[in-house]
Amino acid sequence: MKSQHAVEQFLYGQADLLDRKLWQEWIDLFAADGVYWMPPDASYKTWDGQPAIFAEDRNLMTVRMNRVLHPDAWSQRPLWGTNHVVSNVMIEKEAKNGDVMVRSRFHMMELRRDDVRHFAGSYMHQLKKTKQGYRIKLQRVDMTNAQAAYDYVLQVWV
Amino acid sequence: MLAERIPDLSKFVEPDRVRREVYTDPRIHELEMQRIHERVWIYCGHESQVPKAGDYYTVQIGRQPMLMVRGADGKISVLYNRCPHRGNMMCGDRSGNTGEFFRCSYHAWTFKHDGKLRSIPMESAYAGTRFGKDNPDCSMKRAARVENYRGFVFASLAKDGPSLKEFLGEAIVAFDDMCDRSPSGEVEVVPNCFRVIQHSNWKIFLENQLDALHPSVVHQSTGRAAHDVEKMLAKKAKGGEAPLSYHMLSAFATVTIDKWDNFQTINYPYGHCVLTGYMGLRPQDPDTLAYDKIMIKAYGRKRFEEIVAVNIHHVLIYPGLSVQSPLQQLRAVRPLGVDRTLTEIWHFRLKGAPEPIYRRSLAYYNLVNSPATLINADDLENFWKVHQGLSSDGGDWVSFGRHFGRDIEKDGRVETGPNMGTSEAPMRGQMKAWAQYMGNGK
Repeated sequence: MKSQHAVEQFLYGQADLLDRKLWQEWIDLFAADGVYWMPPDASYKTWDGQPAIFAEDRNLMTVRMNRVLHPDAWSQRPLWGTNHVVSNVMIEKEAKNGDVMVRSRFHMMELRRDDVRHFAGSYMHQLKKTKQGYRIKLQRVDMTNAQAAYDYVLQVWV
Repeated sequence: MLAERIPDLSKFVEPDRVRREVYTDPRIHELEMQRIHERVWIYCGHESQVPKAGDYYTVQIGRQPMLMVRGADGKISVLYNRCPHRGNMMCGDRSGNTGEFFRCSYHAWTFKHDGKLRSIPMESAYAGTRFGKDNPDCSMKRAARVENYRGFVFASLAKDGPSLKEFLGEAIVAFDDMCDRSPSGEVEVVPNCFRVIQHSNWKIFLENQLDALHPSVVHQSTGRAAHDVEKMLAKKAKGGEAPLSYHMLSAFATVTIDKWDNFQTINYPYGHCVLTGYMGLRPQDPDTLAYDKIMIKAYGRKRFEEIVAVNIHHVLIYPGLSVQSPLQQLRAVRPLGVDRTLTEIWHFRLKGAPEPIYRRSLAYYNLVNSPATLINADDLENFWKVHQGLSSDGGDWVSFGRHFGRDIEKDGRVETGPNMGTSEAPMRGQMKAWAQYMGNGK
């Protein structure tokens, strides 16, 4: 029960950082070797050596962050924002040292200019327990609409 | 109707400018579909997308829903995705395997992989009617012409016209350059297609592909961001070099506007064009050297040197294909409407090349061409803004005047002058082809 609550708070907090565009704080939730991965299809077993919508370590995350913060990132000029809801949090595995593997479901609504898009799917987090709290070893994002044609693109993490 | 209202569409195009309605008028769009997309050679897919008998892949040619299918004899057919009985779509999924034959989900008419009628239920009910197995109206309609060049399958919905090879002309280098870089001379598709919709006319995308001025303006943000991380990683790395993927991104900023002028575009008949220059990628790392060795063994040193000396950044095959042969990827352009365009983005594996070579171009596929692209987000933003601007009465013309009058024309090809790589010659060449197609429309 105790870890269930702590894990839920962590997942809600991570989604909240995205919606508030606190990119560096969001990146800092990843372990030094942490990876954010969104496969194009649920059948994929690994991000390594495969097509990926996202497959980013902290270095690539930093490129993405600094891109969107650059004054000449033209696509960042228009108003846009997101709202995440995270739920159905299920701890799949918990090791003696406190590391956990947790699955959850998300729904993200995005507004860009006057256009609304919806993305939804499941998260799988491999979390490492540290003195500072959980850190993400791997976050796998399986979007239900991963294979659908993208009306425009995704600029930041989901 | 439109042809009556506008007697000569070629008047919409002048050598250095084009009327804005060419991009925004839905009636012109319909005519383009008839006179261009549904007549010329359109890329359907790679044969490795349908390896087994019965495998099919759907594809849009102009406004026509088609499917590419592999027969039991190994032959690939391109058919209209439609049952001849009552018009029901035959395959409702994007791809799959249809088994030994097609079977319509409405009244169970069945067809062979080449579209020929196989059986219908209650055939006796048609005695004495116009129905007949040899009546072509009772079979699935086939694309008028299908050709396969080194595994790349094209179809034309018009009986007449140049052969695929004549149509491609020198732009055939797109497929030669890609395949020759494989020690076996062959590529196979990586089984994933990224599909991204642009809210803009299809020509705006094509004109951007060889616009050598835009990268350093549009992609500055990613180029700078990648360059900073690249420098940091290079400092930390043993050999003093960051992974090549960072260079692929930082080059968008480090290659400044004046440097892009050092490249060259070569423009061919039918609107095809090539941008030469390759971001200086001829690395000497152990992976590349291992690959070179395999290639030299396969081809001999002389031929190997010729292959890797091909210096191409992009090949545009008008009106629907953008190929980056040295990175083994292509984007097929499918117009969905006057202001909506789908791109289908594929990556290919060089058969027989070592894994790191595949991974190197995969990094480009993921970082630049995925739906979470670090590059195209800003392109698509501009395409939308261009389309919005051209919908306004704020002006009548789109200008293609950069380095106009300084192109060098020889034997049907148009080359940009020395140090004029950012010339708008590719846009002029595309619109010249457009005017020829549209003006000749019957």
